[in-house]
Amino acid sequence: MKAEVLFPEVGNLSGDLMNIRYLKQCCDKLEIVETDLKSRPAFLDEEVALVYMGTATETGLALAAEALRPYLDEIRAKIDAGQLMLLTGNAQEVFGSYIDSDQAERMEGLGILPLHAEYHMMQRHNSFFLGTFGETVIVGFKSLFGHTYPDGECEALFHTLRGVGRSGGSEDEGYRMNNLLATALTGPLLVLNPPFTKTLLRMMGAEDDALAFEEAAMEAYRVRVAEFSDEHRDPIY
Amino acid sequence: MGKLRFLFALWMAKLSIPALKITHHNGTDFPGSLALKLCPDFLHYVTRPATVIAVTGTNGKTTVSNMLTDILEASGKRVLSNRAGSNIASGISTAFIRSSNLLGRVTHCDIAVLEVDERSSPRIYPHVKPDYVVITNLFRDSIMRNAHPAYIADILTGCIPGSAKMVLNADDLISSGVSPANERVYFAIDRMEGDVVDCINLIDDVRICPRCHTKLTYTYRRYHHIGKAVCPGCGFHSPEADYLAQNVDIAAGTMTLREGGESYDYKLITDSAFNVYNMTTVIAVLRQLGFSHRQIRGYMDNTAIAASRHSKEQVGEVRLIRQMSKEKNALAGSRAFDYIAGCGGRKEILLMMNCLGDTRHWSENTCWIYDADFEFLNNDSIVQLVCAGARCTDYKLRLLMAGVPEDRIICEYDEFKAAERLQFTPGDDIYLLYGTDSLARAYKVYDYMKQLAAARSEKKEAQA
Repeated sequence: MKAEVLFPEVGNLSGDLMNIRYLKQCCDKLEIVETDLKSRPAFLDEEVALVYMGTATETGLALAAEALRPYLDEIRAKIDAGQLMLLTGNAQEVFGSYIDSDQAERMEGLGILPLHAEYHMMQRHNSFFLGTFGETVIVGFKSLFGHTYPDGECEALFHTLRGVGRSGGSEDEGYRMNNLLATALTGPLLVLNPPFTKTLLRMMGAEDDALAFEEAAMEAYRVRVAEFSDEHRDPIY
Repeated sequence: MGKLRFLFALWMAKLSIPALKITHHNGTDFPGSLALKLCPDFLHYVTRPATVIAVTGTNGKTTVSNMLTDILEASGKRVLSNRAGSNIASGISTAFIRSSNLLGRVTHCDIAVLEVDERSSPRIYPHVKPDYVVITNLFRDSIMRNAHPAYIADILTGCIPGSAKMVLNADDLISSGVSPANERVYFAIDRMEGDVVDCINLIDDVRICPRCHTKLTYTYRRYHHIGKAVCPGCGFHSPEADYLAQNVDIAAGTMTLREGGESYDYKLITDSAFNVYNMTTVIAVLRQLGFSHRQIRGYMDNTAIAASRHSKEQVGEVRLIRQMSKEKNALAGSRAFDYIAGCGGRKEILLMMNCLGDTRHWSENTCWIYDADFEFLNNDSIVQLVCAGARCTDYKLRLLMAGVPEDRIICEYDEFKAAERLQFTPGDDIYLLYGTDSLARAYKVYDYMKQLAAARSEKKEAQA
């Protein structure tokens, strides 16, 4: 079973690459394929259980979009066919329509997800997030230059209980298109959310959904869920 | 109108100084904060000394600023500095208020050495217009405030005046690219013992060529992205250093400084690579100001680097070591962990780098823990790791992910109870890792550790 990391040379901020290291620790047989900006993504030609991309710099996002653009039709076809993908942090913006920034020209995304992002480069948004994925409680953090705004119908990945969804006031967080799972949350998401990681392992077709250091991960998760549920704590930093 | 408002703000701020002195608050930035509140462009109107040096960067700016100030003062210069206050606009405004007359003129200072917070630069440089901007380095800092170093580099490039001469670190491909149109000189350290080629750290923020995006190769790499890089695709490479520290021999305490084809011997005033950079930076700046190597050597011999972030003392049969590891800062953690792992002897560590402010009202963003090289703590010389505070369960999970055996890890929410869980085995070095936010509590915990260490020693003596 393979997991492919897209562009780790740029998509490595916010501790996001630990998502993949944790998956590997959970599933020893998992083979990790790292695809750089100059290479053709492996999932287009071979079976890959999970395609992952994490948070990048703004330049990194633009480079990632340009690296994937030549394969746009093939990527769409793979998503339509149910390819499992996980995008965390700002990586989802690469798959959206565009990013507008108050300090740079518009960056064109791939236009796969019906969203655009608006960046305000001197106003950083920081918040914690408490939400749900089905029955599963989700925790995570947002540390962003701006939010995303839907430009059409798209299922949300998470439902917001406390904190900020896609943008202020939205109960929807993230986007889901078939098995393309996209969220602005960092944490790293899979390390902070052991129940969700179990679900993801099952979606990947792993033989076993036992987690590495499961007891310690669950204890940290329980502590964080309790803190994020505390009404005396304001989710917005 | 602007000038009148400035004068009013200046006088109010000056009036506040004796009041603060009477109430024993004379070390604060209140005068500057008040002035900026009354006159937001206060710094635009202050007159400046003939020469202004701004020192910024992620790490080392305090050390470099203090060394420069000490040496310039020792040379007879009258220096305006913000070392007594903060490095944001209010601290710098306070420094100018204290050094200016009632018309806002700085009349009794020849030169200003200003330590400047990178993120605050847009509020400072357009007004103060430094003659020299020194950037020690740019690393990943708090993602909540500073996002990533390329973002900070863009902020600096956007606000540093074109007239400023840049003094830059050639071993850092992020900071060395700031303000590309400005006149510039570079400093660097040549290959050192222990340098590597491939990155062994989680944070490596310059993996690809900034021009053609090919994966860079490093001739040598000190840590993270610091080193000498070349692009196999387009030939882009690290800048050549005008001031190059060579033959750095930490054990012998010597190095040579290469400039213009000539080499000059120096005694090291430090035992860490980080501070060799700081020393080289100071030499580069002083050379720019016209000091000879002979003069600089003379002043350097009488200069010390303050050890405010690291202290050690023998208590009973153990040695207690206080080591700052700034919270929410993965790089600071990695450097501290690497340092501890490299020290000899058996070690016990109490980790309390929690952000206490966040613990009370928010919940600390722990992304940084997953950027920090906790893997350095997976070392057989580190026999015990006591994780304390609100984030102790996160530290435990991270240590397990780093491969640390579970029987070496203890979780304890209360920092004082955590101190009691330390083994205090005779001969051990016992580290307290703390952040700036937990400073006050860390000192109390450290005092308690001292009591515990002394008590165990006395008990053992009594038993003997």
